[in-house]
Amino acid sequence: MPAGGPAPTRSNAGCTLANATSVNPAAARPQLTHLQALEAESIHILREVVAEFERPGLLFSGGKDSIVMLRLAEKAFWPQRVPFPVVHVDTGHNFPEVMEYRNRRVAELGVRLIVGSVQEAIDAGRVVEETGPRASRNRLQTTVLLETIAANEFDVVFGGARRDEEKARAKERVFSFRDDFGQWDPKRQRPELWSLYNGRRRRGEHMRVFPLSNWTELDVWQYIAEDGIDIPSIYFAHDREVFERDGMLMATSPFLQMLPGETPFKERVRFRTVGDMTCTAAVRSDAVELDRVIAEIAATRLTERGQSRADDKFSEAAMEDRKREGYF
Amino acid sequence: MELLRFCTVGSVDDGKSTLIGRLLFDSKAIFEDTWDAIERTSQARGEEYVNLALITDGLRAEREQGITIDVAYRYFATPRRKFIIADTPGHVQYTRNMVTGASTADLALILVDVRQGVVEQSRRHAFLSSLLGIPHLVVCVNKMDMAGYDQAAYEAVRADFQPFLERLDFTQVTFIPISALKGDNVVDRSTSMPWYDGPALLQHLEEVEVPPPGDLEAPRFPVQYVIRPMREDFHDYRGYAGTVAGGVFHPGDVVTVLPTGHRTHIEAIETFDGPVAAACAPMSVTIRLADDVDISRGNMIVSGPGGPSVGNEFEAWVCWMSERGRLLPGGRYALKHTTHNVRAVVQSVDARLEINTLAEDLSPDGLSLNEIGRVRFKTTEPLYFDAYQRNRTTGSFILIDEATNDTLAAGMILGAIPA
Repeated sequence: MPAGGPAPTRSNAGCTLANATSVNPAAARPQLTHLQALEAESIHILREVVAEFERPGLLFSGGKDSIVMLRLAEKAFWPQRVPFPVVHVDTGHNFPEVMEYRNRRVAELGVRLIVGSVQEAIDAGRVVEETGPRASRNRLQTTVLLETIAANEFDVVFGGARRDEEKARAKERVFSFRDDFGQWDPKRQRPELWSLYNGRRRRGEHMRVFPLSNWTELDVWQYIAEDGIDIPSIYFAHDREVFERDGMLMATSPFLQMLPGETPFKERVRFRTVGDMTCTAAVRSDAVELDRVIAEIAATRLTERGQSRADDKFSEAAMEDRKREGYF
Repeated sequence: MELLRFCTVGSVDDGKSTLIGRLLFDSKAIFEDTWDAIERTSQARGEEYVNLALITDGLRAEREQGITIDVAYRYFATPRRKFIIADTPGHVQYTRNMVTGASTADLALILVDVRQGVVEQSRRHAFLSSLLGIPHLVVCVNKMDMAGYDQAAYEAVRADFQPFLERLDFTQVTFIPISALKGDNVVDRSTSMPWYDGPALLQHLEEVEVPPPGDLEAPRFPVQYVIRPMREDFHDYRGYAGTVAGGVFHPGDVVTVLPTGHRTHIEAIETFDGPVAAACAPMSVTIRLADDVDISRGNMIVSGPGGPSVGNEFEAWVCWMSERGRLLPGGRYALKHTTHNVRAVVQSVDARLEINTLAEDLSPDGLSLNEIGRVRFKTTEPLYFDAYQRNRTTGSFILIDEATNDTLAAGMILGAIPA
């Protein structure tokens, strides 16, 4: 485990089978670490999609999962450039640090950035904004995501969702079929066997593909450490003005009205997930470097969504309901 | 740290959910908020105990109807290994789900209630695990607490099951007496069964050898995607991207490209992180060859003396997975094998397995949902394949409905049909 120990070497040694041609090949068993095995599976999925689809796009929020996914895309096609655009569904309620990161990364890779703007959809009257102190643009993202998919004629979009995140996601396929309306039907999923993915679709239908399906939150953090991946600064402990709501620490911002009785205070926090500012909560932390973040994650007794995502708290099946409508 | 994928089969009554719940809870993979949520749901439903099945039954319909619809994937890790559990339901769509969950598993875990002994279902589960090529089987003889932790009761189950299991293809079969409810021999060695000198289940899962995917002796590389950077600094670069499906490849190895039969050698094996000295399954790499040969997706790079079978007629075990329609002689389908998409026609259905007795019906008229049979196929183009029992990647395929695009069936190749 990266925390504390010496930095593990990357896969350059191959499968450490230097003695594979020796007298007893069975003695020299291939040894891939769990991160190497997960990386290989994700790269296989990314390549399979690019080979079998015409117009892929990769959903990128600047959160750690999409950061790892984009890194894997870079690896899968090297030395070719990432052969598809990066898509950001932008609620307009962003952490400035994350926007800065997004723009820098996109420039580094030389990929095209497509932004689906919730603000534009509101201004044009295509969606109606919620009002009040608990207003969130979370649900509006679904409409804008589906519009962006249609406008760009994407036949597949990559998402960074993981099965360990949430119980409805635990049942979703790697290749997740969506009908003409972008909807997910959990009872009509195609069986998915071996590494044989069925990407066939008709015109108007599309696929959501999740290369990180088998990764856990801890895997993602360990990979970020082992691979030396740069992440936005808000993932590390910093001083921030926050207020408490429903037991969660929300960052004060122009996008979130405080309710009577809610008062702002300074706290040392980091973010465990990164999304829209109105529904992403901070956690108290002193972890200023990656090893300490990983140690905290490994020791925590709360799920990341339970601890820091207000958007999952609507009901027991909140995620399933949103996924059926076409959410990420 | 290595990765072990295993599947658990059986119904709630076997204590399977309790066992998984205990593995997850004791390895801290169930978080407090998840636990609170299922505790609340259990109470609201008037259940006496916290219903651990709620951990894996994530969909609204599953919770409402109290059934498991689909394969659920669960994750946990110990300091020694990371585990992926494919948890497959025992009743609804049982064969389809079990075949799906088993397809990627290195180990199958079956529970037998010590009071009931080996039942028909135990044999069925063991048989399907073997058919799907899972090398390791663990038989957890459960509810030992209800049988007074009696060694004789455990030995009787073992003696009853052993002869049947010996006829199957497992590399290793392990029996462990446990009580999932009380935790005996699950995470820690039980003090109630001093007569048992083997490891607890978790220790076994941590120590069992992860089998190499694919045949170590037979190098196979299905070409997935051709990398052509179109960049000044990589002007003439042409690399073949793919996932190694068997054996080991090294720079300098003489290889054959199928279907052309062109022979050349490997110039380099590359990854984003640098060149590698050896590539084995399941590494995703890019191979560059010494000669400029015409290679595209669906071709296969192989080396060594034992090449794959090349042909367009073969026989396979097929599990039919669709509610709509049946597999019938003359049926035409899209077939996906490795990275190769072809069309296939069913020449004959030679046998249907009577899943309860494992007897073969030698004159079936076709295969229906959840039925397994021996089927002969002919494809539009030759495939490069191995028997499934030798290589689970180059020996497997799926059938797809060309009209609806649904995945209809899973196939495990037995071998070529002699001319």
